Amino acid sequence: MNRTCAWLLPEYVEDILPPYALALERLRRRLLDLFAAYGYELVQPPLIEYLESLLTGAAQELDLKTFKVLDGLSGRLLGVRADITPQAARIDAHLLNRQGAVRLCYAGSVLHTRPAAMLNSREPFQVGAELFGHAGIEADLEVLGLLTAALRSAELPGARISLGHVGLFRALAKAAALGAEAEAGLFDALRRKDAPRIHELTEALPMPWARAFRRLPELYGGAEVIGAARGELPELPDVARALDELAVLLASGDGMALAVDLADLRGYGYHNGVVFAAYAGGQARAIAQGGRYDGAGAIFGRSRPATGFSLDLRQIVDSLPEPLPRPGILAPYAPEDAALRARVEALRAAGERVVAELPGQDAWRAESGCDRRLVLQDGAWQVVPLEPGRDA
Amino acid sequence: MNPITLALSKGRIFEETLPLLAAAGITPDENPESSRKLIIGTNRPDVRLIIVRASDVPTYVQHGAADLGIAGKDVLMEHGGEGLYQPVDLDIAKCRMMVATPVGFDYEGAVRRGARLRVATKYVQTARLHFAAKGVHVDLIKLYGSMELAPLVGLSEVIVDLVSTGGTLKANNLTAVEEICQISSRLVVNQAALKLKHAEIQPIIDAFRQASAA
Repeated sequence: MNRTCAWLLPEYVEDILPPYALALERLRRRLLDLFAAYGYELVQPPLIEYLESLLTGAAQELDLKTFKVLDGLSGRLLGVRADITPQAARIDAHLLNRQGAVRLCYAGSVLHTRPAAMLNSREPFQVGAELFGHAGIEADLEVLGLLTAALRSAELPGARISLGHVGLFRALAKAAALGAEAEAGLFDALRRKDAPRIHELTEALPMPWARAFRRLPELYGGAEVIGAARGELPELPDVARALDELAVLLASGDGMALAVDLADLRGYGYHNGVVFAAYAGGQARAIAQGGRYDGAGAIFGRSRPATGFSLDLRQIVDSLPEPLPRPGILAPYAPEDAALRARVEALRAAGERVVAELPGQDAWRAESGCDRRLVLQDGAWQVVPLEPGRDA
Repeated sequence: MNPITLALSKGRIFEETLPLLAAAGITPDENPESSRKLIIGTNRPDVRLIIVRASDVPTYVQHGAADLGIAGKDVLMEHGGEGLYQPVDLDIAKCRMMVATPVGFDYEGAVRRGARLRVATKYVQTARLHFAAKGVHVDLIKLYGSMELAPLVGLSEVIVDLVSTGGTLKANNLTAVEEICQISSRLVVNQAALKLKHAEIQPIIDAFRQASAA
């Protein structure tokens, strides 16, 4: 590669430019305010940690995604966080040590060695909320409600949430006495709804199990899916419980379009209950993901129930309509003029964007993005429209 | 409303897909073999076809540029299938992915000796996984066509390629020594499209499933 291209960024790494950077920042504030209103406390975990702490539970999935550096102080390997969720779990399990429910939220950049999906940034801006210490469906309901409120606050067009249940798959896999390798293979094939592969992998299984696994990828849609699943899947207490939980969540709605997909599996070895993913028009993949991941705190000394969600603000801002340019007022350069200074301060206090024009810059007024300017008329500073033809 | 977009490649896959499209009540307005258009309308105003290279079908669907696509398993194995659902094996455009060598080459012996094999192929990912599973070291040489030539001129010892009748192998004094897997075409679906356009896409999937099972 030509080493002289100083402007070139690494692949899948990008700047966020105006007006998108401001749109992202505004949305970050809105979401954190929303989370705070629900009682979620903000934490700011570090960018780097000892690698082992970052690779809990979802180890294999996160391992290859994590940038690693050698720590000159300790001689140990450090990881740049690829996901903030395990950090929140560590804080809940080890630092806070509260017995009851703990609600945490966070916002920050994470780094991925390779993009999570085609054309994704390798530096997602992750915002999320996690609820620790409650194993019941009520906690999942709260988190789903908060995700709904977050999507609404982001004003995403045509958003909908798809629900799945990893516990249901695990119950079937356990009852069918699948080995660890077969279970992982089937999990992956189901996740892709890869019907031919599922058929292949279940060929050696007794019929009720083979039939159940082959049927799972077709069980998606509205509430009718729960009824169909009750009739068609083997009668196991854990399967029935999973379906009950999904039915409760589906009924909660709250104006958000909800659907269920029994093969919507994610986070093998990490998630263990309800999982959900949000989709919105124009995006070829999920814009928010979450679900239950009980026990992620065990490695930090305390196994706690946990559920939550996170989203990538870069991706959300991508799916929003282009932010409108913010109008503004151009003020002439006149440091001695007290009346002008007072007028500018009053306009700024009222929420206006007022840009001071530096000497000799009047040829490039259009670049300022301002639509008005301050002029001295009849002895007072007046705001008049900026006319590109005449003024700039 | 945006129409449902189905990505297809010209040739054998297109021809063998026509009956499946008919089962879903879809008739293309034009034949891509004679038309130079890349976007082809159908009798249904809500469905259109796009004509792309076979190996590009998963990319279009993964990125949501097409909601549905028809792609061979060979192409899907190379692509990895990330971000795609593969709900139906359409059982069309069938052939086999094979390892082939010049007639008289001692493939078994070379594998037993643990030799490093030079493998010429268009299917680098598939070949890599296959030989890794066998525990054989290989040097992969990526070619874009006429793989059969490589062993004849000393570029490689073996090739990995699709074989349907075996005619080309025979004509070039090569022989298939190992089957890697059976190949057929699958219906692939963009994951978000299935969630967001469920009511429109599901009937097409069902029709394809029924027609290909018949």
